Amino acid sequence: MEHKRVTLFAGHYGSGKTNIAVNYALKLAGEGKDVVIADLDIVNPYFRTKDSAAVLEAAGVKLISPQFANTNVDLPALPAEAYRLVQDKSIYGIMDIGGDDRGAYALGRYVPALKEENNYRMVFVANAYRPLTRTPEEAMEVMREIEEACGLKFTDIINNSNLAAETEPETVLSTLEYMQTLSNLSGLPVFATAAETVVAEKLKDTLPNVLPLQLQEKYFDLPSQKPGNRPLWG
Amino acid sequence: MAQRVLMKGNEAIAEAAIRAGCRHYFGYPITPQTEIAAYMAKKMPKIGGVFLQAESEIASINMVYGAAATGCRVMTSSSSPGISLKTEGLSYIAGSDIPAFVVNVQRGGPGLGGIQPSQSDYFQATKGGGHGDYRMIVLAPASVQEMASLTIKGFNLADKYLMTAMILADGTIGQMMEPISFEDAEIEHYEKPWALTGTEGKRPHNVVNSLYLQPDKLEIKNFERYERYKIVEENEPMWEEYMMEDAEYCVVAFGIASRVAKNAVVAARAEGIKVGLIRPITLWPFPTKALRKAADQVKSFISVELNMGQMIEDIRLATECRKPVTLCNRAGGMIPSPDQVLQSIRDAAKGE
Repeated sequence: MEHKRVTLFAGHYGSGKTNIAVNYALKLAGEGKDVVIADLDIVNPYFRTKDSAAVLEAAGVKLISPQFANTNVDLPALPAEAYRLVQDKSIYGIMDIGGDDRGAYALGRYVPALKEENNYRMVFVANAYRPLTRTPEEAMEVMREIEEACGLKFTDIINNSNLAAETEPETVLSTLEYMQTLSNLSGLPVFATAAETVVAEKLKDTLPNVLPLQLQEKYFDLPSQKPGNRPLWG
Repeated sequence: MAQRVLMKGNEAIAEAAIRAGCRHYFGYPITPQTEIAAYMAKKMPKIGGVFLQAESEIASINMVYGAAATGCRVMTSSSSPGISLKTEGLSYIAGSDIPAFVVNVQRGGPGLGGIQPSQSDYFQATKGGGHGDYRMIVLAPASVQEMASLTIKGFNLADKYLMTAMILADGTIGQMMEPISFEDAEIEHYEKPWALTGTEGKRPHNVVNSLYLQPDKLEIKNFERYERYKIVEENEPMWEEYMMEDAEYCVVAFGIASRVAKNAVVAARAEGIKVGLIRPITLWPFPTKALRKAADQVKSFISVELNMGQMIEDIRLATECRKPVTLCNRAGGMIPSPDQVLQSIRDAAKGE
């Protein structure tokens, strides 16, 4: 998998952008790269990149998140520090964009610099099991709305189809046709398939470029939602 | 493709409402329930329904009042401070004996409070909130699946008893995602001869109103209404019992608190403490019979709540204070950890 200097993850809200961004950052750091991840989500009040602060820090990934993330300040403010991702060309930057077109507006201000450097991958995170993107056509609609809002075109698709703790390899494999159609409609390649580590292990012989996801345990997981089979949060 | 979908709690409410036949949504955005409005805004125009963002919470509840008077299935949703604004309308709807469906995805309070999860509107939901003698059916989901199933149940109960049914959720259940399905949705249909549908000159006109000029007539209305509430209290309490068969201690928790408490119950059982859990699913009507029965069996109760202790009063009332009830709580948008609940269970087992 070839890495661009900046990788952006955007998509429908609840499609799994944050988990993928965090795990992609950890993967790059594991390959010895100097990684900075920025939380540009101005929409979501709960379940944010900051929830993974300890894991990221332990892996040597620098986290830039809004000052008010996970507080009671419901304020769509972005940190000035986020500019480092487009300005400091010595690092690998990961951007976690808020859901839908509303979340993508925040990306607009970084777009001229991203276009000028032209070394980015803009990834559409797709989960075929989300109710408002149940068809490739609906996913296309969300894709176009996001592109219109931020002024940047997607370059890739990542298949993150899952049913949280109920995800089996078949859950993912039965979405390949959906992803192929989405790929045909958009003209974009499916650059990877993301799955929780246990499922990813079972998929890696069948599919190219499987990105295993380490998921955060939640305080409200039920006794039946066992480790290694954790729910996947938006 | 599989029948299962991965949904946020808030989306599950919106989709379930549509499946329950709701085609009229009036709301005003507030965190952490805005996904309900966002979902409705996206879906309603595609199915010939109405999504309307009103100029305020007060306007939106009065739109619900007006639309409900025509007999159609209608809803609004908000979060704690927004529900306070809607309580005048809720009282008028109760006084007019018409069905409505309202969602409160609670956040920390009082006042503007915060945006993190809370259960501190228990009193407001179960004891009236607005003025006058009235009740609402209050449903407390503890999973995304229940957000959907209790929404459908809520629409059915509202029509059946001519009352407001309220989903009392919290920010976490609103925001969290779980796989769910809608296969079991059973939509009940009730005749609505009282509805304002136009007489076409063929029948006397109906009146939907909460104003009575004669106090004796208003008194009769109140007594009639409470006869209906008695039937609800008799027929509709819902609860879940978890590891209660041989329990010597009983944790009582609803919604998100019950999920944390279940983990603590499992951990306490591993330490040899015989503890179980009663999870009220309807907060009004409160599962009084279940609690009263448990009071004959257990040594004490532990109420786990995301507030300063509200449901604990109903536990004491239901059990007529026959056994001690202790409180394990966090407030202001914080959630008790399984360890905190476990410690409370240990303390109860030591008789503290």
